[in-house]
Amino acid sequence: MSETTSTTGTAPAPVADNTKPLASEPKGKTGAARILAGRDAITIYALIAFLIYAAITIPRFASPVTTGFLLLDVIPVLLIAMPMTLIIITGEIDLSVASIAGLTSALMGVLWAGGMDIGLVLAISLLAGVAAGMFNGFLIAVLGLPSLAVTIGTLALFRGLALVTIGDNAVANFPKALTAFFTSKLGGTGIPTVMIGVVAVIVFFGVLLHFTPFGRGLFAIGYSKEAASFVGINVARSKFWLYVASGAVSALAGIYWTLRYTSARSDNASGLELAVIAAVLLGGVSIFGGKGSIPGVIAGVLLIGSLNYALRLARVSDVVLITVTGLLLIVSVVAPSVGSAIRQWRHTRRVRRSFTRTTN
Amino acid sequence: MMLNRKSTGQTGRLAGMVAIAAAAALALTACNGGSGSDGGSSPAAEGDQKITFIPKQLNNPYTDVVLGGGKKGATEAGFASSQVVGPLEASASSQVSFINAETQAGTNVIVIAANDPDAVCTALGEARSAGAKIVAFDSDANPDCRDVFISQVVAKEVALIQTKLISEQIGGSGEIAILSATANATNQNEWIKFMEEELASNPDYKDIKLVAKVYGDDNDTKSFQEAQGLMQAHPNLKGIISPTTVGIAATARYLSTSEYKGKVALTGLGLPNEMRPFVKDGTVKEFALWDPAQLGYVAAFAGKALTDGTMTGAEGDTFTAGELGERKVEKGGLVIVGPPTVFNAENIDKYDF
Repeated sequence: MSETTSTTGTAPAPVADNTKPLASEPKGKTGAARILAGRDAITIYALIAFLIYAAITIPRFASPVTTGFLLLDVIPVLLIAMPMTLIIITGEIDLSVASIAGLTSALMGVLWAGGMDIGLVLAISLLAGVAAGMFNGFLIAVLGLPSLAVTIGTLALFRGLALVTIGDNAVANFPKALTAFFTSKLGGTGIPTVMIGVVAVIVFFGVLLHFTPFGRGLFAIGYSKEAASFVGINVARSKFWLYVASGAVSALAGIYWTLRYTSARSDNASGLELAVIAAVLLGGVSIFGGKGSIPGVIAGVLLIGSLNYALRLARVSDVVLITVTGLLLIVSVVAPSVGSAIRQWRHTRRVRRSFTRTTN
Repeated sequence: MMLNRKSTGQTGRLAGMVAIAAAAALALTACNGGSGSDGGSSPAAEGDQKITFIPKQLNNPYTDVVLGGGKKGATEAGFASSQVVGPLEASASSQVSFINAETQAGTNVIVIAANDPDAVCTALGEARSAGAKIVAFDSDANPDCRDVFISQVVAKEVALIQTKLISEQIGGSGEIAILSATANATNQNEWIKFMEEELASNPDYKDIKLVAKVYGDDNDTKSFQEAQGLMQAHPNLKGIISPTTVGIAATARYLSTSEYKGKVALTGLGLPNEMRPFVKDGTVKEFALWDPAQLGYVAAFAGKALTDGTMTGAEGDTFTAGELGERKVEKGGLVIVGPPTVFNAENIDKYDF
């Protein structure tokens, strides 16, 4: 780099401004500044600010009871948000996640009511989720169909299968020990015991995305599929495994949902896919692909979750709640676009000025 | 933002600063007491009792009437404050986080219409161990997790009056269909079960054939479309029973603007105010309902009797439900409010709910 600087410094007048060295040219933020002012960092600040605000203004919010109930509420969203982040970073989407969770729940109910061992029930339910994910992955990665169309289809398909599986029944007599475990807390901290498993899932996807070649490949795919495959990334295979992972984690969420609410039914987790996508986008993941991080998404999930919880504790109506969530989402999507539009405008102006200066 | 409901301007900010200390103190005490103790500050002093109603969903006309009665009952019974919280969607698990919030708020009585008898059970259990009394109304929770259940009427009676009405209106023979709420709704499914049994066993109904059961999910648009679909799928249909207020109103609206008006009979459970135009224009002859306001009214008094310790919810206990007089707890913690009323063109103007 330094070599180029020196040569451009002495080269015969090119079109652009050549009077100052390249190092003094304005450039993108690097290092700590980039992390601290990043899009996902802003979500984390917003979360912290809101938690402080809620702890001060909402009676009873600051207590371990809140931690427990709040985490129990957000766990399904938190789980599914992990593979969803990776999928959206590659520029795709998976709308069928909630239906996979519902299908898993229905299957659990039927198998358990049929007298099967609970361990086997859980294993089969998880495999069903994997199979559903493979089906999505096959259509999207192998046949190359658009993920939006495919997963809208499987959203309806899997929900329909759930209804066929269990009908209008609800199965509720799961083993007491197991359901109690799913709502139990770690000592007096208020943190649910199942958070251990959730953290394991988060760490798995966090490491996969940020610290492996596979994860870096996903960002590349999100920026440009063609460029990614030119540098040797197997685009189809990456996508296929992402959908399998999404299916498996959705099944985990379905199992959690069933045991937490002690009720296996076909309409479990319906509408959850939108909550997940909202949280992921709020967490700074670009819907166009190529940008995003796991910490940001976790903050996004917790921000929506604690907003929900705080407003409920303050007995504010759900109508206000969905309005606030919607506004937040729009702001989070619009703000970066406005920011980049301003940067673009300033850049053009700067270039224009340097042109006029050189021509004079 | 909208969060600013409680704090008002400058004074609010000052109050906020003061509250930091309070919040910190609260967090500390809560830590000392371990989880759950925070919600267990009840039973509160006499005259400072709080009651909260959790309906199946908000913004449902039927629910609004029930809650109107509940608020009235709560005031008359002597509760210091009464609240209504609830989900916008009548789904199985949506009520749980509301119950959790009430547990934390230390509410003395939670009155709930359960969307799913078991899904709310764990959360209600936690509320009870924190000292709250649980009154189920309209739609029962699992009997293990509530103290009493305030039932509109005996389930069988509700079912039988609807089969009787439809039989009268279609002349005792022909195809009928049922348009219900969600596929998992506790009370609708119970009534439908009784209706099916009655149609199969009663010789008066031997020529009536139930050809379809569809679910409008207590959503106006979906119910409307299901009614439309029913007429297309079953051209010989002579009558529809809709045992839900949303379903019957949507179906009536569809029928009144279609060629089937007056030809296909419609009955079920509806609100007089919503059904009035359809009764007047001849789409609907007769339908039934209990007075939903009484349901909430009795529930409030039952909650008061439970917190005061004047009854435990055991079989044979009695309590006074304000102007409605004495009510008795029957087997399984069941409290019956009253018999259903049949509405038609002659009497509908006398009711306003």
